[in-house]
Amino acid sequence: MSTTAKNILAVMRTGPYGNQTAKEALDAVLTAAAFELPLSLLFMDDGVFQLLPQQDTQGIGAKDLSATLPVLPMYDVERFYVEQSSLESRGINSAELILPVEVLDSEQVKVLFAESASILSF
Amino acid sequence: MKLSILVYGSPNGSQAAATAYRFTKAALEKGHEIYRVFFYGDGVYAASALNTPPQDEQDLSSLWRELGEQHNLDMVVCIAAALKRGVLDPGEAKRFEKSAHNLSAGFTLSGLGQMMDASQQSDRMITFGY
Amino acid sequence: MILHTVNKSPHTSNCLQSCLRTLSDQDALLLIEDGVYAADNHYANQTEALGEEITLYVLKADVDARGLQNRLSSRFQVIDDAAFVDLCVQYPKTQSWY
Repeated sequence: MSTTAKNILAVMRTGPYGNQTAKEALDAVLTAAAFELPLSLLFMDDGVFQLLPQQDTQGIGAKDLSATLPVLPMYDVERFYVEQSSLESRGINSAELILPVEVLDSEQVKVLFAESASILSF
Repeated sequence: MKLSILVYGSPNGSQAAATAYRFTKAALEKGHEIYRVFFYGDGVYAASALNTPPQDEQDLSSLWRELGEQHNLDMVVCIAAALKRGVLDPGEAKRFEKSAHNLSAGFTLSGLGQMMDASQQSDRMITFGY
Repeated sequence: MILHTVNKSPHTSNCLQSCLRTLSDQDALLLIEDGVYAADNHYANQTEALGEEITLYVLKADVDARGLQNRLSSRFQVIDDAAFVDLCVQYPKTQSWY
């Protein structure tokens, strides 16, 4: 499937725990990875909060997404992008994030969108 | 052209479910093939046969069911998203020892693989978010 | 060539702003649901400043439902559901901002 597969861009835009979206987006991403589909992840807007370290969800009874995200490289998902302006407006330094990300300015984000064959909007 | 529709909004939580329905209907009227309608997140609530809106309000569950029957649509509801929201078919109700099931006729429970398959097999895919 | 849809009011959500940051020339923007409030001529300065190569659309049923018929910026083309389908066919990919 992977040789001729359309490359997928998953756009992650929500924080991890305010609703089920980030969790269910991650489930979709893990499924794409299991099918060995070529996959890139773009974190922007509140989606960048998914990548903060030191998440401790015991107090809210939710599953810790920051424990699952780092398994993605084991599924050969390695293209993680974050939008620069989303990081800047939230005062986040990309070096502190839980995944090895590439920071893209808005022109580079446009290219990423243009080069993807299929978009999963979350 | 072969289109797939992703629906993430519930009939009552947002307008997305209604817009997705109108889009699907318009696409069929234009002669396009609907490869799949995939209900994910709160979108799965549209597949509950127990939704009973008042008579003067739109009944999206029935509308989808009728459109699905007319056009033999592949209307797939994500099984994981459905189970946790209490939308079950007879098989899942039995498996989890629940006293009732409520998946509306015309909908099928299946896995997220069906979403990935739609992304690969369709010419176009559009998301209706909540 | 991407069709972007925005379904949130610009007064309550950053969807439109995020969309505008990623909108390329040759892309199209379609406002649907509460997104149509961004086409109001009292608000549309930012979208009106976009280059002419980016086409702007607004969904008729949502405009009518909200009583915005006489408040729209002339930069937006009002389209029906059938034309929405046509856009989805014309543009190979869709990004939904919600």
